[in-house]
Amino acid sequence: MSYVFQFGIVWDHLPQLLNGAWLTIRLSLGAFALGFALAIVFAFLRTAGPRPVRAAIGGYVEFIRNTPFLVQLFIIYFSLPALGIRFEAITAALIGMSLNFSGYATEIMRSGIEAVPRSQIEAGHSLGFTRLQIFRNIIVFPALRTVYPALASQFVLLMLGSSIVAAISAEELTAVTNTLQSTTFRAFEFYFVATAMYLLMALGARLSLHAIYWAVFERGRPSERAWSR
Amino acid sequence: MSREFDWPEFLFLLGALRWTVVLSAIAFVGGGVGGLVLAIARTSSYAVLRGLAAAYIGVMQGTPVLMQLFLAYYGLAVLTGLRIDAWPAVTLAFTMYAAAFLGEIWRGAIQAIPRQQWEAAAAIPLAPAAQMRYVILPQAFRIAIPPTVGFLVQLIKGTSIASIIGFVELTHAGQLIVNATFQPMIVYPLVAVLYFALCWPISLVALRLERRIDAVLGIKQHS
Repeated sequence: MSYVFQFGIVWDHLPQLLNGAWLTIRLSLGAFALGFALAIVFAFLRTAGPRPVRAAIGGYVEFIRNTPFLVQLFIIYFSLPALGIRFEAITAALIGMSLNFSGYATEIMRSGIEAVPRSQIEAGHSLGFTRLQIFRNIIVFPALRTVYPALASQFVLLMLGSSIVAAISAEELTAVTNTLQSTTFRAFEFYFVATAMYLLMALGARLSLHAIYWAVFERGRPSERAWSR
Repeated sequence: MSREFDWPEFLFLLGALRWTVVLSAIAFVGGGVGGLVLAIARTSSYAVLRGLAAAYIGVMQGTPVLMQLFLAYYGLAVLTGLRIDAWPAVTLAFTMYAAAFLGEIWRGAIQAIPRQQWEAAAAIPLAPAAQMRYVILPQAFRIAIPPTVGFLVQLIKGTSIASIIGFVELTHAGQLIVNATFQPMIVYPLVAVLYFALCWPISLVALRLERRIDAVLGIKQHS
């Protein structure tokens, strides 16, 4: 083997890589916020909406979960312009990631909602609550607590999956790495370092999400431990 | 003048779907073998084996598949000293990826078997390897089937990114057809529908199996 590894050149371009990583983080957080907001609405409609709406949301969720993210991205970025709907790459990436995340998060929320005991919902009915009031005051927070670990893993998958938006050249970590390796011809070194950066971001995300769970749900109630790993 | 999207183009997509299936199948089988080794290593009594398997799974589940694909592609090029074909790189990358996920799924299944089963097998007495082979794995296998089938869907969807390094499967074929016909509004939704037609039945099977296993194990059902 005559190949000599040169990581020095990667070091020289570290600021660009860090910029890309920062965009990856912002995209992931943005898509999480938008996708999660959508998922809450969808999960409500999926469980308490009129029948056709339920079916429509169900179809949406199945479509998102049974087609590749890359193809969803192509539809948003390449197909929609044919209808006169045009986005910048970065906007298309954010929309694609949000919609994709919303599909998985809706399904996760639904399982959490269905785990809320029926008697509590009936209690809400007998107090004269509307469906929305029951959803807001009785269902959402216990459901969130139940599904928090699943949502947390889904967030990490969202962040790792964001590398795919490089295919429409939104300038996040993977796209930056693609550009740098093609001008320096040090592909392996650049991808190796970028991969390590993703690994660090994933670890960081997991630790932060654990900390948030602890702060929101567990502080001061040591007897209940829902997060088991 | 560009071509119209017509039957030959559709048949081209269908032909490429075959490579999506072939790549998924190779990765699923290869990953199954690797995953079994990983799951056994992950639950073994040797700390070193457990640590190595856990580290492998942690790295593969903590990094993007696309990066793993690039590393396999350029890593093989570095090792062999020449530009390589996409085939070895995509099969290697997706096999290693599938092994990590299947290993983790099956670890969970093995650990879901009650301790008493191990103790009973040891009391017969069976040697540790035979305990695993005849008592634990057959039971773990049943628990593991639904999530394993579910992972197959994730794998099939995942192979779409092989298109990024130029491997001609369904997604890449879609790009080629778009370049020839300039009709992304027809082609990409159709590509999505083809993936859906492949994945949705598998998802439904996974769901049914999961309900059945839950019923067998007496886990409370929510309607």
